[in-house]
Amino acid sequence: MKILKGFGYALALPVILVVIWWAATLGETNFFVPTPGVLAEKFGETWFGERIVSDVLPSIARLFGGVVAAIIIGIVGGLLIGSFKWLRDLTEPVLEFFRAIPPPVLVPVLMLLMGITDGMKVVVIISGCVWPVLLNTIEGVRAIDPVLSDSAHTYGIGGWARIKYLVLPSAGPQIMAGVRQCLSIGLILMVISEMFASSSGLGFTIVQFQRSFAIPEMWSGIVVLGLIGVAMSFIFQFTERKILRWYHGLREVENAV
Amino acid sequence: MVYTDLLNDAVPVGTVAAQSEAVKRRRSARRVPSRQFLGLAGILGFLLVWELVPRVGLVEPRFLPPASEVIGALARDFGLTAFWVAVGETMLAWLLGLVIAIVLATVLGFIIGSSSFLRKLTNSTVEFLRPIPSVALIPLAVLLFGVKIESTLMLVVYASFWQVFIQVLYGVADVDNVAMNTARSYGLGPVARVRYVVFPTALPYLMTGVRLAASVALILAITAELVIGSPGLGREIALAQSGGAISGMYALVLATGLIGVAINLVMRWIERKTLSWHSSVRSEVIV
Repeated sequence: MKILKGFGYALALPVILVVIWWAATLGETNFFVPTPGVLAEKFGETWFGERIVSDVLPSIARLFGGVVAAIIIGIVGGLLIGSFKWLRDLTEPVLEFFRAIPPPVLVPVLMLLMGITDGMKVVVIISGCVWPVLLNTIEGVRAIDPVLSDSAHTYGIGGWARIKYLVLPSAGPQIMAGVRQCLSIGLILMVISEMFASSSGLGFTIVQFQRSFAIPEMWSGIVVLGLIGVAMSFIFQFTERKILRWYHGLREVENAV
Repeated sequence: MVYTDLLNDAVPVGTVAAQSEAVKRRRSARRVPSRQFLGLAGILGFLLVWELVPRVGLVEPRFLPPASEVIGALARDFGLTAFWVAVGETMLAWLLGLVIAIVLATVLGFIIGSSSFLRKLTNSTVEFLRPIPSVALIPLAVLLFGVKIESTLMLVVYASFWQVFIQVLYGVADVDNVAMNTARSYGLGPVARVRYVVFPTALPYLMTGVRLAASVALILAITAELVIGSPGLGREIALAQSGGAISGMYALVLATGLIGVAINLVMRWIERKTLSWHSSVRSEVIV
C-alpha cells in the first residue's frame, strides 16, 4: 500500500502535466509546440536509428572521458596542493580566478589552440570541470581533523597509507560535492562545444534541427539531453551513497540525537 | 637545496618526487612569508609563465599572445565605450535573470516546502526537470526570442531557479518542530509563523542558493551570448575570435574572469552581512 502510494505521488503530477499538454495542443496546430504523440513518434524515429551510433554515443564517450579525467586530475592535484600550506597560499588566487572564468568562454580559446578536434572537446570538458573538484579537494584536505592527523602521524602512518585511510575519507564528502558540480558543468560543456564547432554530436544535431525548423525533432533532442542529465544524476547519487555510506550513516546518527 | 627546504617542513618523503616539478617552477616564493605575499607571487609566477611560453615559442604567439600583450589589450578595452556597453548588457541579463529566478524560486519554494503533500507530489517532477542542462534550451530560446536579451534571460532564469529552489526546499524542511509548535501555541498566525519562524530558518539556505545561482547565472549569460549571439561580452568574444583579434579575445576572457571574481566577492560579502546574526558557522558545501 505504501509503495503504491509512493508511485501515485511520483506519477500524479507528470501525468497531469502531460494531459494538460495534450489537451492544450489538441485543437490547434501551434508551430512551436508539437503534440505529445508527434513528439514520441519523432523521438523514436530520430534517435533509435543510426544517430545513436553516429551522434549520441560519441558525445557520451567524450563527456565520460572528460569528466573522468577532470575528476582524477582534480583529486590528485587537490591532494598535492592541499597538503602544503605554502603551495596552497601560492596557488589560491590563481585558482580562484580560473574557477571564476565562465567555462564556456574556453571553447573559442581552445578551438584556437587545438583546432576543431575530438581532443579539443575533451579538453574543453576537462578544463571546465576540473576546478570544482580541485578546489573542493584542497578545501577538504585542509579541513582534516588535526587530532586525527596528529594520531596518524604518531602511529607512523605516512605516504600512501595516510592518503588512503586518513586524507581521502575525511575529504570525501567535499570531493563528492565537487564531483556533483563537475558533472553538470561537463554536460553543459559537451553540448556547447558541439554547438559551437562540430559536425557531429548531440549539440550539433539539435542546433541543426532548429536551423532547419524541424521543431518536433528539436524537442526530441532536448528530451534526449534531459534524459542524459537525469541518468547522470541517478548514477551519481547511487555512487555517492556507495562511497560515502559511512558518512550518511554518521549524519543520520548525529541528526537523530 | 630544493629538497632540504622541503624536508625542513616535515613533508612526507613519498610525495617529494612528485612535488619537485611543481616546486622548481615556483621556487621564487619560499619560507613562510605572509599569505598575501605568496598569493601575489603565485599570480606573478603565472603571468611570467604565460609571458614566457609564447615568447620562447612553446606555443605560437599567433594563438596564445604573451600576457603583457593581452593585459595591454584589456587596458585599451577599459577605455572603450563599446566594451562597457557589452559589460553592461551582460550584467543586465545576469541581474534581471537572477532576480526573476530568486523571486520565483523563493515564492514557490516556500509554498511547496511548507506542505508535505505538495512536496511529495512535485518531488518526481522536480528531480526530473532539475538535471536537464539549461543549454538544452538554447535552440528553443533562439526560436522563441531570436538574438535578443530575452533568450539570455530564459537560460539564466532556468539555470539559477533550481539552485535557489532546492535550497529553499531544504531550508523550509529544516524548521525546528519545537519552535514551530511554540509559535503555534503563542497564537502566531500563518503569516507571522512564516515571517518569524520559517523565514529565519530558511535564510541561510536561501543565501547559499543565491550565491551558487549568481555564479551559474553568469556562466549561462555568457554562454547564451557566445552561442546564440545575443548582445554582451560573450558575443564580443565570439566576434573577436572569428575576426582574428586574438589578444582582444583573450582580454575579454580575462574580463569575464574578473567579473566572476567580483561577483563571488560581492556575494560572499552580502551573505556575511545578511547572516551576521546567524550563530552557527554553516558548512556550505554539502547540500
